Amino acid sequence: MPDTLSTPRSFQEIILRLQGYWAAKGCAILQPYDMEVGAGTFHPATTLRSLGTQPWAAAYVQPSRRPTDGRYGENPNRLQHYYQYQVIIKPSPPDLQELYLGSLAAIGIDLAVHDIRFVEDDWESPTLGAWGLGWEVWCDGMEVSQFTYFQQVGGHDCKPVSGELTYGLERLAMYVMGVDHVMDMPFNDPQSPIPLKYGDIFRQTEEEYSRHNFDQADTEMLLQHFKDAEAECDRILAAAQPDKAGRTIVMAHPAYDQTIKASHIFNLLDARGVISVTERQAYIGRVRALAKKCADAFRQTPAGADL
Amino acid sequence: MPDLLIELFSEEIPARMQARAREDLKKLVTDGLVAAGLTYASAGAFSTPRRLVLSVEGLTAESRPVREERKGPATTAPAQAVEGFLRSTGLTLDQLERRADKKGETFYAVVEKPGRKAHEIVAEVLEATIRTFPWPKSMRWGNGTLRWVRPLQSIICLLTDEAGANVVPLTVDGITAGNTTEGHRFMGIGRFTVSGFDDYAVKLKRAHVVLDAAEREASIWQGAQNLAFAAGMEVVPDAGLLAEVAGLVEWPVPLMGRIGEDFLGLPPEVLQTSMREHQKFFSVKNPKTGRIEGFVTVANIEAADGGAVILKGNQKVLSARLSDAKFFWENDLRVAKAGMGEWAEGLKAVTFHNKLGSQADRIDRIAALAREIAPLVGADPEDAERAAQLAKLDLRSAMVGEFPELQGVMGRYYALEAGEKPAVADAARDHYSPLGPSDAVPVEPVSVAVALADKIDTLTGFWAIDEKPTGSKDPFALRRAALGVVRLVLGNNLRFSVDRLFDAQVLRHQIGSAPEQAALLAEILGASVAAGMFGRTTRELIDGAQQEAPQWLPMVRDHDPSISDDLRDFLHDRLKVTLRDQGVRHDVVDACLAMEGNCDLTLLVKRAEALAAVMKTEDGANLLQGYKRANNILTQAEAKDGVEYSYGADVKFAETEEERALFAALDRAEATITPAMAKEDFATAMAAMAALRVPVDAFFTAVQVNSDNQIVRRNRLNLLSRIRAICSGVADLSRIEG
Repeated sequence: MPDTLSTPRSFQEIILRLQGYWAAKGCAILQPYDMEVGAGTFHPATTLRSLGTQPWAAAYVQPSRRPTDGRYGENPNRLQHYYQYQVIIKPSPPDLQELYLGSLAAIGIDLAVHDIRFVEDDWESPTLGAWGLGWEVWCDGMEVSQFTYFQQVGGHDCKPVSGELTYGLERLAMYVMGVDHVMDMPFNDPQSPIPLKYGDIFRQTEEEYSRHNFDQADTEMLLQHFKDAEAECDRILAAAQPDKAGRTIVMAHPAYDQTIKASHIFNLLDARGVISVTERQAYIGRVRALAKKCADAFRQTPAGADL
Repeated sequence: MPDLLIELFSEEIPARMQARAREDLKKLVTDGLVAAGLTYASAGAFSTPRRLVLSVEGLTAESRPVREERKGPATTAPAQAVEGFLRSTGLTLDQLERRADKKGETFYAVVEKPGRKAHEIVAEVLEATIRTFPWPKSMRWGNGTLRWVRPLQSIICLLTDEAGANVVPLTVDGITAGNTTEGHRFMGIGRFTVSGFDDYAVKLKRAHVVLDAAEREASIWQGAQNLAFAAGMEVVPDAGLLAEVAGLVEWPVPLMGRIGEDFLGLPPEVLQTSMREHQKFFSVKNPKTGRIEGFVTVANIEAADGGAVILKGNQKVLSARLSDAKFFWENDLRVAKAGMGEWAEGLKAVTFHNKLGSQADRIDRIAALAREIAPLVGADPEDAERAAQLAKLDLRSAMVGEFPELQGVMGRYYALEAGEKPAVADAARDHYSPLGPSDAVPVEPVSVAVALADKIDTLTGFWAIDEKPTGSKDPFALRRAALGVVRLVLGNNLRFSVDRLFDAQVLRHQIGSAPEQAALLAEILGASVAAGMFGRTTRELIDGAQQEAPQWLPMVRDHDPSISDDLRDFLHDRLKVTLRDQGVRHDVVDACLAMEGNCDLTLLVKRAEALAAVMKTEDGANLLQGYKRANNILTQAEAKDGVEYSYGADVKFAETEEERALFAALDRAEATITPAMAKEDFATAMAAMAALRVPVDAFFTAVQVNSDNQIVRRNRLNLLSRIRAICSGVADLSRIEG
């Protein structure tokens, strides 16, 4: 059984411990992707790198945006901007569950007094054309992570299969530290010369973005941006022609950036309430079509090719 | 006689799949063993979240030798034929036997298969079982190609006899079978070796795993009840939850907690649903207050602190959930008290189906039909219409958004809050019923009217846009809706022709929302429900509307009944299934369906039940033969003579006693049957019909119908036609088999 460490004193200490733990287990510690995404899965380090046969092991924090979840910073648990911790390992190692439990111990969860459960939860991302089987992990009845074995991404069968772990960091940290309202959670060490709480950093931004996402985002412009991203994605992929030197570079990542953009714009439009139930499916289908093309393209590149 | 132990140890198997998986494991392995020539005394399968286990006792140590013989071509057959036979048997020419028979000499292939050791067979059968296991959903993992419900980690495959335990040599996708396993994930004792099922079960328990799901269920239930009892409370039984929770734990430890005072004012359904769906908690009721005041959660660990941290954590999650629920409830109450107008408005923007309009359009249609149905079911039309307008408003409430399964239940609370009559509020809750075979049929007239209108609107709508169920595909649950209509009609002994309701509602769908001259249309459709599309009042109203000439008039005037007819047939099919389950044969139902008034389902069933009963009597069965004989003779004679024999039999041309007796019997039967039928007393009518059996039999025994005397012959044929006419008035016996 993994050793349990002391209870962390701050949000950032939990992140640092997870970084340390997964670094020690051999993961490349990446930095967040520099675009607006709905979840850590959208990072190309997960979406694209789970394709093809080349081994991969990465862990990173990913700021995630879900415009419809905004509550002006008032709800104790809901945020339109929050952090996920993401671990992706290909092929999934046989002891991935043990590794995961070790990470819980590392952030101060004593497995002898808590009740950890793996409860069926099949994961599907209609926008990424991806699905997998796994669980939501419960700690004393609270969902603290998603645990997924990817079966398909961008319409491609995952061979080998990647194991993906996603921790909802705020929720997990609040539980570990016994905090009831996210805004009251210490962000840095409360003993620091300048102690900062989560609310000191994010209460105002939650308010501003909630107002923007629900009321102010320019829908005409966003609808146009969606079309632009879609067109640009297609154009980039179609531009993989040999240059004068006879070199062909498939631009899978730049094209995928446009997919990410389209997906976030769709989320904003959704928060603005301008997408009807029927249109919703159509928009999701359009983003999925982009994701599939990018997956196809990535498989043509050195990193995505089979060894 | 060896015993076999199989354990398939994996990462956590979804609770809902475990029961089926143990049965599948048992069936696939034991069937495979038997097919390969082994026998066994008994077998038992078990499951926990992390393992599927099979124990087979008294397995034979090897299979019996088998001798197979195949007959080939004649020895004189062309070389090609002989070669083909050799290829198919895998033998050479000198291995074939030649046997003399009547036609000459024939090749025979005799293949002797020696008995095979149990371990060879077990290895093959288990590998095939693992590779073809019928999981509802399965996956790959790591670098492998094997599919299992979640990663398969180890296999025990052990044959044990007096001499000891032997691992069956077997490797599946890199996993080699052995004789070790592990216990509880957090309270285990590391990997350990087992020597057979008994040893396995004992050591597992030592390693904090209760192998048998039934034992875990019993222990959870007992533990939960003890905890509740000690606090003067009682656990609300929930068999489905119990089975699920037993599939989530290997070592169940029930813990009881109290629901915060703040939340005790929530409706009990909300507390129960939230706790069950989100947390897998049992509800605990205080018998003194009648409220749900506590919960039991089942942990998978005997925690070092006695479960204090676990309970505190669960309580915290519950409070967060119930805070959400309370927030929804309070917001919803505000909208409800204001009359729910906000929700009605909101439903205008919610599409029900892109060809069937919004939820608001749907509610309007249902309300119009409910008003028309009201007099047919003894409900007040105003109440029925009002109830239909309110019944689905809770779909916009926050609570139903969070817990869709509370639709209707919440609607009732909110309608009461809005000051509606109890009967109107109850209809919100009950109009979805009956949902399944175990769901009761509403009996309160307002609920019945709305329930019928709701289902008929759905059925006619999807029929009108030609989205009927096909084969196994029934995405809109139309079979269930049709069965619901049948059960509502029969359960309340309702008397009306369903096709009239279909016609009116099909027209509403075809005409669409917000028609011009809405009041006139409502009057016409109302008349058509009361009197039929071709009823006099209906036609008069339609003729009167010519002047106004609304756009919908041609649609109503020239209404095509084929959609309603098709839907009626669909309903009849559901009815047949229901009656078949009650022991009424399909041909008996067909004999009644062929009669007038088959859109009156209550009448139809009364007739079918009476006919089924009489057909079970000896007289009934024999009369059927007499009827068929009469009908055959008549049909042939009518075909030959080119006339229909239907009238004019006269007793004065009767030549024999049996003939005269039949005349008298038919007169008596008619005298009983006609008034009985008028009173819909099918039992009396059919008994009188069955009583014709003796005179009819006697007639056919003594009398030759086709007499040379044409007058006598014609008279007898006309007499037979009276048998046909009397019987046909009761049911179309020609459709009954046998």
